[in-house]
Amino acid sequence: MTEQAITTRGLSRRFGDLLAVDNVDLDIPRGEIYGFLGPNGSGKTTTIRMLCGLLTPSSGKMSVLGLDIPAAAEALRRRIGYMTQKFSLYDDLSVSENMQFLASIHGLGRQQARQRIDQLLDRYTLTSMRNRRAADMSGGQRQRLALAVATLHSPDLLFLDEPTSAVDPENRRDFWEKLFDLVDEGKTILVSTHYMDEAERCHQLAVLETGSLRKQGAPSALMAELADRVVEIRGGDLRKVKQQALRLPQVQSAAQQGMQLRVLLRADINAPAIDILRGQLDTPSLEFSIARPSLEDVFVACTEGGKER
Amino acid sequence: MSSGRRIGAVAGKEFLQLSRDRVTFGMVVMIPLIQLLLFGYAINTMVRDIPVAIVDLSGSAAARVIVEQVRVTQVVDIVSSYNTPAEAEAAIVAGAIRAALVLPHDLTHRIAGGETVGQWLVDGSDTMVGSALLALRNMPLKLEAGAPAGAYSSQPPSFEVALFFNPERRSEVNVVPGLTAIILTMTLILFTSAALVRETERGNMELLITTPIYPLELMIGKLVPYVFVGIVQIVIILGLGRLVFNVPLNGAFVDLAIITLAFIAASLTLGLLISTVAKTQMQAMQMTVFILMPSILLSGFMFPYDAMPILAQYIAELLPATHFIRLIRGVYLRGAEAGQLLPDIIWLLGFTVLMLAVATKRFRKSLD
Repeated sequence: MTEQAITTRGLSRRFGDLLAVDNVDLDIPRGEIYGFLGPNGSGKTTTIRMLCGLLTPSSGKMSVLGLDIPAAAEALRRRIGYMTQKFSLYDDLSVSENMQFLASIHGLGRQQARQRIDQLLDRYTLTSMRNRRAADMSGGQRQRLALAVATLHSPDLLFLDEPTSAVDPENRRDFWEKLFDLVDEGKTILVSTHYMDEAERCHQLAVLETGSLRKQGAPSALMAELADRVVEIRGGDLRKVKQQALRLPQVQSAAQQGMQLRVLLRADINAPAIDILRGQLDTPSLEFSIARPSLEDVFVACTEGGKER
Repeated sequence: MSSGRRIGAVAGKEFLQLSRDRVTFGMVVMIPLIQLLLFGYAINTMVRDIPVAIVDLSGSAAARVIVEQVRVTQVVDIVSSYNTPAEAEAAIVAGAIRAALVLPHDLTHRIAGGETVGQWLVDGSDTMVGSALLALRNMPLKLEAGAPAGAYSSQPPSFEVALFFNPERRSEVNVVPGLTAIILTMTLILFTSAALVRETERGNMELLITTPIYPLELMIGKLVPYVFVGIVQIVIILGLGRLVFNVPLNGAFVDLAIITLAFIAASLTLGLLISTVAKTQMQAMQMTVFILMPSILLSGFMFPYDAMPILAQYIAELLPATHFIRLIRGVYLRGAEAGQLLPDIIWLLGFTVLMLAVATKRFRKSLD
């Protein structure tokens, strides 16, 4: 049993002229929630599909649960659960019919399937709607059903591709509680998202942009790297201050948040951040303070989404 | 063992979905019902009951005999009579009648002299009507010179026609079994051609191919419900053909079942192959029509196979419908046994295996 659930080296995938995934090295440990954070088109889905054996990489090597992929994709299919970005169950079948269908496909025996389905209906609070068609369910209910189906055959590894994009914040919180329950049982979960708050819940995170892996690590560690580089400015004409700040070579990004301007400075500054800004922005009424870095700052810092905005 | 369970799971799921798709479910029954009634009555290459008039200038007993003999052919329906050919012509122009039979003053003389006894004035605008009446030109008239009603000639008619299998020359007898081929081609290929594409379009496929299911299991599971659809349809068509059109089954049920299942299997697998080629349900539909058109026109359903040019015959041989029309007319109308029709049955079964193999090979559990 290897320590890592997933390792990739030089993983790349090209679609015609587009390099969707560019030379990605991943080391994803077992028993954790690992997040892919990135905007649409950053290669999250393509990477997940390659890891499931649905897409053949253009180059690079992958090992998933100790299996060489795509060569051993068929053996892998019995050990993974995959929740696709788009709802992929049958709208015209009921909750229990969808579950029974996939239980049979996964080769569960009749008795075993019935027990497992009852257990999952209870766990994901779907018992009261077992006879409801998937088409008539809310976003949160559909998402719980999809998770229940993805875990029907008790897989060791779960791939969740933007699982909460159609779900309200409260349901999202509940959903994450279920994910931590699964991790407690020893499952490994790979989840992709473009929500910062969601990414922050992961044990480890990979920041992806235009197919490249920009940063990998625990969210807290990634944020700690930015300590003393994020400054909040209050007072004065913040629109104007923002324009001035963005012209400074030391400033990577500046974004207004209500009554304050949040400024991220580059890594190579050689003086305290507040001193630099106070010296250059000569508007007298401004207040400066160092802020706790957020995951959004991490994202901006390691992608090229800075000054162009 | 688990393979059987997976096939059963896919088949059961398809059944459920089919039963909930009201429109499709309705089509299963309505297509054969409506089309049979429509085609059974409307597609009639035999022309009957053409409205005609009589212009009897002779007023003789012989004329009445001739008119009676024309009437019993049932080709024409004598709806009126006129005093002059000019009146009859006007009626033809007006569209009240399609033709008029003019029997001249010297009718009895002509009969005695063995001359042409009368003249048909025919509306030539409908070629079918025209040719039907042209055929009457040589109809044998059984009468002697100046014959009174009782003096029919004992001479044999100039020729005799013996029609096998459809002595009354009713086209329904030919059309109804042929229609089974057309209706099954249409519905079965249409349903299965969408089978896999639909799952891809709705996003179900991405989940399905991440499961341990084998392509062949998926294919067979998808086809099973439609075998029953095909059987339901054929029962409707032939049952209705029996009840409404009085088309008798001359062969045995077993033979009918064998050839029908072979054709259903061939059609379903052809649809499945389309489903692996088409990218959208729209494309699948277009490809189905591409198969359907020649199946209607070249299979022998509309036009006699033997009358087609060689090239068209070769193309027709590629279509399952051609083989099935041959088979079902054999079993249904001529009472043939499956053993006598082996080449076409073997062709259909071979076609099924080939299509299933190609479809399975084409289907990949990947998104590449």
